[in-house]
Amino acid sequence: MRRLLDARTGGLLALALIIALLPLILPNKFYYDVAIKTALNALVCVGLNLLIGYAGQISLGHAGFFALGGYASAVLTARYQWNGFAAMAVGMAGVGLLAFIVARPILRLRGHYLAMATLGLGIIIAIVLNREIPITGGPDGMTVPALRLGEWRLIGTTTWYWISGGVLLIAVWLALNLIDSGVGRALRALHGSEVAAETVGIDTTRYKVLIFVISAVFASLAGSLFAHAERFITPTEAGFMRSIEFVTMVVLGGMASTYGAVVGAAILTVLPQLLTKLHDYEHLAFGAVLILVMIFMPKGLVPTLQNRLRHLVGGQPR
Amino acid sequence: MAEFLQFAFSGLTVGAIYALVALGFALIYNASHVINFAQGEFVTIGGMATVALMTGGGLPLLLAIPAAVMITALVGLALEKFAVEPAIGRPGGASVVTIIIITIGASIFIRGVVQVTLGKDFHRLPAFSGEAPIDILGARLQPQSLWVLGVTLLVVAALWWFFGRTRFGKAMLATSHNRLAAQLVGIDTRLVLLASFGLSAALGGLAGILTAPITLTKYDIGIMLGLKGFAAAILGGLGSGPGAIVGGIALGLAEALAAGYISSAYKDAVAFIIILVVLFVRPSGLLGGRSTERV
Repeated sequence: MRRLLDARTGGLLALALIIALLPLILPNKFYYDVAIKTALNALVCVGLNLLIGYAGQISLGHAGFFALGGYASAVLTARYQWNGFAAMAVGMAGVGLLAFIVARPILRLRGHYLAMATLGLGIIIAIVLNREIPITGGPDGMTVPALRLGEWRLIGTTTWYWISGGVLLIAVWLALNLIDSGVGRALRALHGSEVAAETVGIDTTRYKVLIFVISAVFASLAGSLFAHAERFITPTEAGFMRSIEFVTMVVLGGMASTYGAVVGAAILTVLPQLLTKLHDYEHLAFGAVLILVMIFMPKGLVPTLQNRLRHLVGGQPR
Repeated sequence: MAEFLQFAFSGLTVGAIYALVALGFALIYNASHVINFAQGEFVTIGGMATVALMTGGGLPLLLAIPAAVMITALVGLALEKFAVEPAIGRPGGASVVTIIIITIGASIFIRGVVQVTLGKDFHRLPAFSGEAPIDILGARLQPQSLWVLGVTLLVVAALWWFFGRTRFGKAMLATSHNRLAAQLVGIDTRLVLLASFGLSAALGGLAGILTAPITLTKYDIGIMLGLKGFAAAILGGLGSGPGAIVGGIALGLAEALAAGYISSAYKDAVAFIIILVVLFVRPSGLLGGRSTERV
């Protein structure tokens, strides 16, 4: 039983099972679409969780990276007839480079500066996507060609359900491995006390930059997949509120918990679909939920529930 | 010259608004090291409440303004009391990220409340003293701009007096320098925190009222204003009062000049491009001191 509560074996198995069995209860295309969005949001959050939960830095601009990935795929395939996978790779490389250039000087600093820098970067990206109408289609967005694998056109919600589910599973596996590697241990030391980490010889800036770049590349990949899955993309994907959504998913699910990021993404992707029934009261309710969860479960849902469960199983609560 | 003056006038006006919002950020940051992402929503409440009190309540402008500032201040106090304090006051305190999410949640909540009660439309306040522009060297200055600049100057003077001359102002200043030491000499730091939210909400509300006749007001104008105010606060050096004012005015001027001479399409990006450049070359802001961290 203990073993099943362990992150690596039990968790991955459970996630794979959920992804495999979910289609049994998904009644129609609409729900498949929500599931795809959940998986892609979760992909962003697994990366962002490395940054927030392990490197202790906050990014308020990850939607910018997500949208850049999406638009790299959209523009290169639609306007320049690139192969979809090549466009995706170029998007990831470009976003990684951009993240590196921005992070290197700023991550030397502490506190709110990365928040400000990423916020600024995200807003600039959103404005550029809105204004460069000949290239991006402006606020109306643009249609995206189907992703092609040889002669096979990857279309339809079921296909994309399996693609996004599969990519998410791989991403979670990668993230868990990273956390248990030397990099992960260095990051945990850094989060505990940056000065202490530095004195034992950890190049804290280097690790923070590395994680920032990784999380940006995850977001870019998710954006590319999103563009091809939905066959459409608009600049709202780069908006400040979208960045906030990502951060909120991570924090709500539980910082420093990879599965927490997935759970948070699932809840905050599905919740607005339910809250649309409240019509005008949607935002009000969403804001209230955020505040209440942060006050009563500051560690996030998954770590809090995990502790309770461990307690029930008979282990010592952490 | 006339053209330049025209841009400078509009830049100064907008800059004064940014400065008021940035001062609000600085006040709360100093009292608690919290970045209050609901700061922009105070601006919304100020403008929208005045409109509601005048059209719905039938109050004259002169009464509606102080009432709206009071309402905004009360919202600020409630935010601290019911959302921030329960998180901070818990044993072990709360992480920076937690507090950021709480204030973001509050901003979404406030926007939701304003949208439900007052609708999604643009609203307009009448200018305080007519709309006939004043001609200065060929440039046209709106009388409302004079109100914005004049009131901002008054507010800055009042704050200077408050922090320099009054007992409670000095207590707030002491808390910002060293919270624990302030507690030890008998300062009620919880009251200081509460007051900082009330005061910074009042500043934001005032900014919203002053700018409503020029830029109109709507339930979601606070998002951009809040973010630019945050940029102004960082530009001047987070936590520095004079820095917030200089940062606000500088951003306003840069934005207006860039919109006038370069491209109005990228007007909203100017503030954020500047802030990225500043973070690269002078990370502690224009007036912020070099900070070292206690281990």
